[in-house]
Amino acid sequence: MLKIILAVVGRDLKLAMRRQADIVSALFFFVIVVSLFPLGIGPEPDLLRKLAPGVLWVAALLATMLSLPRLFADDHRDGTLEQLALAPHPLGLVVTGKVIAHWLVSGLPLALIAPVLGVQFDLSGDALLVLTFAILIGTPALSGIGAIGAALTLGLRGGGVLLSLLVLPLYIPVLIFGAGAVDATVTGLGGEGHLSLLGALTFASLGFAPWASAAALKIALE
Amino acid sequence: MLEADNLECVRGERRLFAGLGFRLEAGELLYLQGRNGAGKTSLLRMLIGLLPPENGEIRWRGQGIRKLGEDYRAELCYLGHLNAIKEELTPLENLLAAAHLADEELSEDEALDALEQVGLAGREDLACKYLSQGQKRRVALARLVKERRALWILDEPFVALDVAAVGWLAGIVGGHLQRGGLAVMTTHQPVDIPAGQVRELRLS
Amino acid sequence: MTDRFNLYRYASPATFYPLAGALIPYFAAVSVVFGLAGLWLGMLVAPTDFQQGEGYRIIFIHVPASWMSMFIYLVMAFWAAIGLAFNTRLSGMMAQALAPTGALMAFLSLWTGALWGKPMWGTWWVWDARLTSELILLFLYIGYMALTAAIDDARRADKAGGILLLVGVVNIPIIYFSVKWWNTLHQGSSVNLTKSSMAETMLWGMLLMAMCFWMYSIAVAFARVRTIMLERERHTDWVKALLAGDEK
Repeated sequence: MLKIILAVVGRDLKLAMRRQADIVSALFFFVIVVSLFPLGIGPEPDLLRKLAPGVLWVAALLATMLSLPRLFADDHRDGTLEQLALAPHPLGLVVTGKVIAHWLVSGLPLALIAPVLGVQFDLSGDALLVLTFAILIGTPALSGIGAIGAALTLGLRGGGVLLSLLVLPLYIPVLIFGAGAVDATVTGLGGEGHLSLLGALTFASLGFAPWASAAALKIALE
Repeated sequence: MLEADNLECVRGERRLFAGLGFRLEAGELLYLQGRNGAGKTSLLRMLIGLLPPENGEIRWRGQGIRKLGEDYRAELCYLGHLNAIKEELTPLENLLAAAHLADEELSEDEALDALEQVGLAGREDLACKYLSQGQKRRVALARLVKERRALWILDEPFVALDVAAVGWLAGIVGGHLQRGGLAVMTTHQPVDIPAGQVRELRLS
Repeated sequence: MTDRFNLYRYASPATFYPLAGALIPYFAAVSVVFGLAGLWLGMLVAPTDFQQGEGYRIIFIHVPASWMSMFIYLVMAFWAAIGLAFNTRLSGMMAQALAPTGALMAFLSLWTGALWGKPMWGTWWVWDARLTSELILLFLYIGYMALTAAIDDARRADKAGGILLLVGVVNIPIIYFSVKWWNTLHQGSSVNLTKSSMAETMLWGMLLMAMCFWMYSIAVAFARVRTIMLERERHTDWVKALLAGDEK
């Protein structure tokens, strides 16, 4: 079971490393979107500090959305997805591997660069720590839930826009608890409660989403 | 070994075929023939279990393939009209990754040997995006060299191959039948397979 | 095999088409009766609220619409589950027929909520937990309709839509809980079966209106499912026979 997941992760990471431009552009998208906000609302530190959690999280959702359409589309176009579906393992495990690989190349870089952007918004050291941690444990849920949308819209015209329409409403709990954790830290309430709920969301979606995605992929392959 | 019973296929609003059945034993090859759009590829997709038939059943060793699931897929090798190779990977990496994901044993030496047989010696370490269409097809076909699963399902394997490659592939399929394997393939031009019992099924 | 055959028979569009057609007038009539009774009770009999004045009477539309918007999503998810489990043709058609009505109810709920909010809270929109959840529910309806519309093959559209509905139904409680956690500004739930804060006539008016909306939804969904059946099955013998009969 672990073997097949690792095999998929290994292959997808190798492919991502040969196409680094994709990772970098999603990351720059994140940086640019976040940097636009101070220009739009003004440089007052108090206001920026208040807006930072929401802005960073919404930008993280959008940056994740960017890479989702290609999660299965490349494998679908060249026929590898068929071969994966015909391999003698449950397709859900293959999808689990792909979700993990997607997180490693999309969610993890966001978490690593988030503290730098948080500094631009005048966040305190504590808040930066919580922000990084929240993005770290919240983004796997984004990859998981996003996989369902990517599988449902596989091969459809205008799939990318449709994907956002399906997936963004389902991202709301992650946004609320993720931004809430940072917000609670900024206001001195402590973000532990939010963080544990965020962790629970990630656990639940990593357990559930791959199987829903696998069911959707089988429909797309008919 | 492989039996199909009373299969019916409906795509969109059209019924492509109904009441189709056949039986294939060890060492036998089934040629699927028919004009474009007759449902050859749909039938293959039913046989590999990706397309559920509207009616009827497919059995492997006496049991329904839906019920067998992974046990059936562990004995199945499918080659579609898409090559299923990654442009960013080299031919060698492609072969190894495919075997790995399909849970098959394939050493690097065996993979290199397979690539040499399909005439790609010296190109093992070149990313596939730099290969020609015909060479990419050969990378896909190289999978068959060390393939020891019992049932091969091949969709138009001879398309876009030169005469020498057609002969080579016929030999590979013949060897598979000689070892007691089964094969189902679609093709427009019947090719002489040097061994095994050949059956034909015409879809109209 | 016989079980499956029976199931197919009851779920067969050819059997259901005339049945739905025969039932529509009854549901429509019952809906009108309930609607008239509910409006009479709500608009004329129910007392004026001492805090909210006459404006509160919009809840006789608002609350039933909110209930129906949630209930219809559950019914669609139910049909989706049946469709995915038994591969019946009718289930997907029912889910698709219900979706526009559900979206309409969610929209109506938001619209009347805004109309009510303006005099009560002094603003058209408040980011309160229930309004926000209702908005997200509307997004889910729109997502479902967009997805099924984007897939050409009807059977594939049904199955993909079904998975989306089931994913949505699992998520709705989580979304609701998280939004509630995020903000609770709204007054407490207005209908509480054990300890009602409302006058009895108001409750009855609301229940009658809910019945009216319910029957309306069934009638409209049946009418819509009949057209979906004709469109999808236009090449089958029963539809051809039906259409030939109409032309004579």
